[in-house]
Amino acid sequence: MTTRVVTPVEVEGGVGVSVPRPDGVPKLKGEFRYSSDLRHDRMLWGATVRSPHPRARILSIDVAPALAIAGVHAALVASDVPGNPRFGQKVADQPVLADAEVNFWGEAVCIVAADHREAARRAAAAVVVAYEPLEPLTDAEEAARRGEAFRTMQVVNGDQSLRGEVAVEGYYETGVQDQAMLGTESGLAVPDGEGGIDLYISTQWMHVDHRQIVDSLSLRPEQVRLHLAGIGGAFGAREDLTLQVHLCLLALHTGRPVRMVYDRAESFAGHVHRHPARLWYRHEADRQGNLVRVEARLVLDGGAYEETSGAVVANAAYFAVGPYRCPSVKVDAVAVRTNNPPAGAMRGFGANQVCFAYEAQMDRLAAALGLDPIDLRLRNALGHGDRMPTTGQEITGSLPTAEVIRSLAALPLPDESPGDDPRLLPGGVGLTTPPEAVRRGVGFAVGIKNIFFSEAFDDYAEARVVLTPDGLEVHTAAAEVGQGLVTVLQQIARSATGLEKVEVVFDHTVRIGSAGSTSASRQTQMAGGAVLEACRALREEALRRGEGNCMDDRGVWSHGDLMATWPMILAQGPLEQQARFRHAPTEPPSPTGQGNLHAGFCVAAHRAVVDVDPELGLVRVVRVDTAQDVGRALNPQAVLGQIEGGILQGVGLAIMEELLVDRGVVRNASFTDYLIPTILDAPDVEAVLIEEPEPGGPFGAKGFAELPAISSTPAVVAAIRAATGRALNRVPVRPQDIAGL
Amino acid sequence: MNSIRLRVNGEERLVEVDGPESLLHTLRERLGLPGSKNACEQGECGSCTVLLDGEPVCSCLVMAADADGADVLTVEGLAGPDRALHPVQQALHDNGAVQCGFCTPGVVMSAVHLLAANPRPSGIEVREALAGNLCRCTGYGAIVRALAAPPADLAEGAS
Repeated sequence: MTTRVVTPVEVEGGVGVSVPRPDGVPKLKGEFRYSSDLRHDRMLWGATVRSPHPRARILSIDVAPALAIAGVHAALVASDVPGNPRFGQKVADQPVLADAEVNFWGEAVCIVAADHREAARRAAAAVVVAYEPLEPLTDAEEAARRGEAFRTMQVVNGDQSLRGEVAVEGYYETGVQDQAMLGTESGLAVPDGEGGIDLYISTQWMHVDHRQIVDSLSLRPEQVRLHLAGIGGAFGAREDLTLQVHLCLLALHTGRPVRMVYDRAESFAGHVHRHPARLWYRHEADRQGNLVRVEARLVLDGGAYEETSGAVVANAAYFAVGPYRCPSVKVDAVAVRTNNPPAGAMRGFGANQVCFAYEAQMDRLAAALGLDPIDLRLRNALGHGDRMPTTGQEITGSLPTAEVIRSLAALPLPDESPGDDPRLLPGGVGLTTPPEAVRRGVGFAVGIKNIFFSEAFDDYAEARVVLTPDGLEVHTAAAEVGQGLVTVLQQIARSATGLEKVEVVFDHTVRIGSAGSTSASRQTQMAGGAVLEACRALREEALRRGEGNCMDDRGVWSHGDLMATWPMILAQGPLEQQARFRHAPTEPPSPTGQGNLHAGFCVAAHRAVVDVDPELGLVRVVRVDTAQDVGRALNPQAVLGQIEGGILQGVGLAIMEELLVDRGVVRNASFTDYLIPTILDAPDVEAVLIEEPEPGGPFGAKGFAELPAISSTPAVVAAIRAATGRALNRVPVRPQDIAGL
Repeated sequence: MNSIRLRVNGEERLVEVDGPESLLHTLRERLGLPGSKNACEQGECGSCTVLLDGEPVCSCLVMAADADGADVLTVEGLAGPDRALHPVQQALHDNGAVQCGFCTPGVVMSAVHLLAANPRPSGIEVREALAGNLCRCTGYGAIVRALAAPPADLAEGAS
């Protein structure tokens, strides 16, 4: 890995070095407690009854057979929800438990609790629900025609009469990708005996869960306390509610602690997926290769309930052109309502689907112009001081598009021979591909995405720092989902104060304010920004009390003399600071999608090398190299981990991952049938980190970890196109697409 | 309920199990060893990998009753008496191979088994041995870096 900036380290374990994560040792020893590991005396197990139909009227629900089973303590239906019967992060449109109708396959209808997991499962199976199946709406285009839309938008920028000398058109599709985080949905709800409840849960945003739970339970906010339990990955799947309200309802009804753990099949049914998309594009350029006009029409299938569809389709529309300048743009975009499984957040959040399409278009345009595809991208590269081609917003922060393209193009390519080790050929040791049949291809792609919440959302993060005789405590509600926030907050606190002994404490919702969601690549800057502000204020106060100019774990120093130890300073009173960090404000969009809608941007480029057996349609992704805009790498090892992990998810979407939805019914809700990449599928990665400090980011850092999953997908598909000559307008690319069957 | 006898992490345990329950359920819910994880319950993800009489198995696919009399090593049994990390755990730690960590116990057990038989595996040998352990966070790069061509002492302590 290459980095251009060497970060000075003033305190052991500060920013810029690869500090090991503090939860690494307990995770390695099996001692870290995930939400699925929690137990409680007299605990019951919960289970959910789900609809087998994508759309149906509920005629009756008979819970008596379930309650007749020994050890079953509750079977609850919609009428047992004391408060708002519907929930939703943006719009409360989804029933906590379906009442009159079910609108997607797997929708929750009834919940049960029993004193054993198997008894709970039997009880769920014993509930008798009479349905009258109705014709589901499962075609996104048909939904668009009927006006079944969560959000329809038109983004129009520049002189609409401009036309280029060369034009290329294309139609593209992306399938349904699942987050497939290894820890399924799980939690433990413990009644407090006074009508309130403590919920130990895996989530990306406790406070937005809390708001919805309180609303549906009809309790006072302080009666519901959410605690972050250990989280086994997220990738967007935990951005919307799943079992939170169900757990609380069962616990409050029975007066006993209740635990729920989804199995893998239920996890597929229980959470949102990446929006499948249909994308029409027309690119026009002059003969030199300057983009003149881009027109696009984007149809994203949001499924049965809104979740975050409005924000996802907005991202797709705003990033529909990619990181390129263009004087004339028109994008029509819609997120439609169907009876397919609800779609929502997944790493990249609308930017992935369009990147697959616009990067294919850039390659087509280069071919039509007779230009090198990398030169075409460089010629149009968007950067600091340019205006977004869609929204017209000036880029005032860092956006090193040209730099990522140049740095990646400069990396050497591997030897062209795939060799003859069958373990390294497409298809692996099945020996189905002889070495002479293998064709190698190389593909290049660039992607862009916003950081933070956009469109005037009041986006903030709170943090509190407390100095104790044992060190500095950093209190936050920000979710550590595996990405390493717990490490980076420690590092920021160390570098900001000079103290080495720093512990991150995850507080429950009554003790600390919201940190916002662990999503949108935002927490390093948001939670990190709040910790930095709080630490700077604490340091100032400590130096004032100690009459010094620097501090460490012993106390406050002045010019080499220890002026006061921490016990002396703390004897004057506690040292504690709280901060609420906000990024630069954003505006709501104009009716044509114009305005300063975003507070930060990030780019990356990927170059994939693939070996393909064109007859059998087998692909081996040999390597995916990348140049990644990171602002400044606070922890290079963790940055590389995010890059490699994100790339592999992008590879998964490119060649294997698709949730198959047949007229509204999911056909492959298991790890046997929904394939995610194994270690044998993982390409080698070389990453160049482009460190152009982001103004306002803590020590120059920028959120970036969605980008690796964005342009890796089109790079892999471009490489397969190069190897096979096939057009390949759909991901995931299937063997039959390559073989031409 | 049947009573079965297991030697778990070197300790003799007598435990009552339901007829069809998996060894994973017995370990997690009855023996207080939730280190082994349940992420698919179909033998696809390897998160529940333990060593059964020295061989790596998906404990979700082993009926507890079938393991009667067996020796079981779980991730909780790896650290030395001084609680120090096993060399495999240390190598994964040093290379940043842990993110969410849900796959980690299974990865650790598969790697311990590999290193016991092959103390200096190549990259492709690591990949072949860990092909049954799904990880969704890391992209596997750090796992390969941690385990391939390890320092000579990495296999020490591997059972």
